[in-house]
Amino acid sequence: MRGYLPDFDVRVPASLGEALELMAQAPGSYTPLAGGTDLMVVYNAGRLKPTHFLDLSRLAELRGTEEDATSLRFGALTTFTELRECRAVHQHFPNLVKSARATGALAIQNRGTLAGNIANASPAADTPPSLLAYGAELALVSPRGLRRVAYDQFHQGYKRLDMAADELLARIIVPKPLGRGFHYFRKVGTRQAQAISKTCLAAYARIEDGCVAELRIGLGSVAPAPVRARNAEAALLGKPLASLPVAAAREALLADMSPIDDIRATAHYRSVVTRNLLGQMLRELANA
Amino acid sequence: MLTKNAAGVKARKRLCMTVNGRAVEIEIDIRESLLDVLRDRLQFTGVKQGCSVGECGACTVLLDGTPVNSCIYLATWAHGKAVVTIEGLAQDGKLTPVQEAFVDEGAIQCGFCTPGVVLSTTAMVDSGKCFTHDEVRRELSGHLCRCTGYQKIVDAAERALREADIAADEHPV
Repeated sequence: MRGYLPDFDVRVPASLGEALELMAQAPGSYTPLAGGTDLMVVYNAGRLKPTHFLDLSRLAELRGTEEDATSLRFGALTTFTELRECRAVHQHFPNLVKSARATGALAIQNRGTLAGNIANASPAADTPPSLLAYGAELALVSPRGLRRVAYDQFHQGYKRLDMAADELLARIIVPKPLGRGFHYFRKVGTRQAQAISKTCLAAYARIEDGCVAELRIGLGSVAPAPVRARNAEAALLGKPLASLPVAAAREALLADMSPIDDIRATAHYRSVVTRNLLGQMLRELANA
Repeated sequence: MLTKNAAGVKARKRLCMTVNGRAVEIEIDIRESLLDVLRDRLQFTGVKQGCSVGECGACTVLLDGTPVNSCIYLATWAHGKAVVTIEGLAQDGKLTPVQEAFVDEGAIQCGFCTPGVVLSTTAMVDSGKCFTHDEVRRELSGHLCRCTGYQKIVDAAERALREADIAADEHPV
């Protein structure tokens, strides 16, 4: 056995009500724990501060995927494997399938959850760019009730979230794209599996009368949090596919990023490669 | 070993699970990983500790038939579940067809990654699904091997899947 065991306590509530009650009694002192694929790594490294884990594994309320005419609603505990095996996800959200496949490898995908990927708040997580591209919304639950937040407003800085100490992420709601859609996802890592991204770009566009009628671009690993590329989007919106302003969009993308040097890549590399990803995306869009 | 946690209460728990088909009941510290319990308490040393961050796949076990990284899996989560380690595959010294395929293809060198890869391949075979070459590579991409260069491992997995497919045709369930 290891020579040390960092201190923690685990509470295993049997219902969502019980979990919310525990959190309300001592706001901020519980760390929600789902698949453990991020938290257990920090723990094994001995870098976890003493805490109370709130093990969500028995909360059936946070499982399952519901589909209606306009959206898919993913339970917080939906795993990457469930995502990539769900027929409706393949049909409506191909970028989410690619994001799920790009996360770790099979054993991680079997345990890791969509809500964990969001709430862990890593700028390098692989599903957030796709969720941004699809205009996802989050449903947060607390003893005060349910609150909806647009996902592109949820990240407020590095590991800073629009989430109160007594709130749990309950559902991720993704509206089904309407009309003729274009989907693009590409993650750049050192290798295909088990790599943390150096940069990641996901996009969804709706095409109408040969023009870009709707466009959202999500970026990973180039800012303190997953971000929308609003400047690049603005440069492209309404433009005809036959003459997309590629150079202007690549230039505009610079204002959407604030990349840094770290062990995985330099800021310069991230800046250049992310613009190249946008270029590739636009070449594909032009031929869509 | 510490027996009290931050809250000052005893952090111990009885864990009931099956390991390789046999019921196990053991008192554990809630902070122990499944890897710790399997290797150090129950002596299933076929479960290897590699990276400790869920990246190398050496600690892979099957949990209700699904591959998980036991190094980042709390032992308490296994309560009521069926765990299979590499020790649980061969019966009375007779290797399973997946293990035979790895031997026949020369897919084993130092052997450290082998238990994990064999278990992930076993899960693929047991799923009854068909896998393309690219899918096999993707399913096994969570296993790092520093010896074989992977080609023989992929060959072995594909042989195991092929032979299971033939066996299913000959003996339909």
